[in-house]
Amino acid sequence: MNCKKEAISLMHKYLDGELKREEERRLRNHLQNCPSCQNHFHELKRSITLIKNTGPTSAPSNFTANVMNSLPKEKKRKNYIRAMQRHPILTAAAVFFILMFSGIFSAWNQDQHVTVSKQENLEIRDKTVIVPEGVTINDDLVVRNGDLKILGKINGDVTIINGEIINGKPNGDIENNLDSSTLRAYTGELNEVNQVYEWVWYQTKHIVSDLFSFESDQEE
Amino acid sequence: METMIKQKIKEVKKGDQSAFEDIVSFYQTKVYHICLRMIGNAYEAEDLAQEAFIRAYTNIHTFDEKRKFSTWLYRIATNLTIDRIRKKKPDYHLDAEVRGTDGLDMYSQLAADQALPEEEVESLELQSYIHKEILALPPKYRSVIVLRYLDELALQEIAEVLDIPVGTVKTRVHRGREALRKRLRHV
Ligand SMILES: [Zn+2]
Repeated sequence: MNCKKEAISLMHKYLDGELKREEERRLRNHLQNCPSCQNHFHELKRSITLIKNTGPTSAPSNFTANVMNSLPKEKKRKNYIRAMQRHPILTAAAVFFILMFSGIFSAWNQDQHVTVSKQENLEIRDKTVIVPEGVTINDDLVVRNGDLKILGKINGDVTIINGEIINGKPNGDIENNLDSSTLRAYTGELNEVNQVYEWVWYQTKHIVSDLFSFESDQEE
Repeated sequence: METMIKQKIKEVKKGDQSAFEDIVSFYQTKVYHICLRMIGNAYEAEDLAQEAFIRAYTNIHTFDEKRKFSTWLYRIATNLTIDRIRKKKPDYHLDAEVRGTDGLDMYSQLAADQALPEEEVESLELQSYIHKEILALPPKYRSVIVLRYLDELALQEIAEVLDIPVGTVKTRVHRGREALRKRLRHV
């Protein structure tokens, strides 16, 4: 048996607990006849014993307390957010019901003023919000309790609550920017329950997405 | 014990920060030990071990409960420590030289230079000498030796902790053992 190539590699296999019976027999035979390998094997085992016996080192006192004090503060809100991320549909349903019982119905009934998410460059006449000709709104636009007339351009989502888009044929540019999923142009044909439902759903989506964006900011 | 830890992890995932305290107190010695034997400095080891637990906490939602928590935790600790070692010594010349079998001879030279005191060494002195010898190993051998013999992990588990193939772990353990043999033969 070649000492350097075979015997030593068998010793390591032995130390890894992977020596087969036949290999063990061959290694034993070799060790009995080779003092140099005997010595090598002894040194290997001894060095392992030495490093194993360096004794356990216990962590410094107060280690656990220090770690606990250094953890990021867990806010109650974060717990909810974790649950929300795991169950988005349940969350939406839960927020929906919270809104139902938190006076949104009355807000819907009482608040009949025309409101718009931004005022700059917009005209409001009677109950119609007008984006004047030549004006481009680079933002999302929300109009409540009023109609929307677009003569200029809107580069963003348009949401109309309890109102409708008038001036029937917006030009092609605007058409592209009106995402059908966010455009809600309500007509008199929708009954009131549906309107409240849609509105609450709209609010729900916003609250949920605000929470999620808050969460991702925090994780940053 | 695994069951208790699993339960605690579930509670931490649900947002109960206090459940993490039991996890820290259960693993602190092991994690601190790994860091200390790899970095060789008590102050830095404490810092690294703390950081490892904090990272485990903030990333707890990425831990797959089907796997062993200790493996995952040791992995965080060793990665942090290896990173720290790299930053301290950007050029590790020994590392490259040990790769070949001939490189091992270098260790006998190094060991010969460091003659041990003639008189009987105190147990503590001996221990600190052995610690020094472990620290003198290039980091990649040091990490497998520490995990294998000080934390008594199986080869497969070391492979998972370090995210390297078992074959590589074996090679490194063999070379690490040979290097230690040469460094400790005169003790
Ligand atoms: Zn031999």
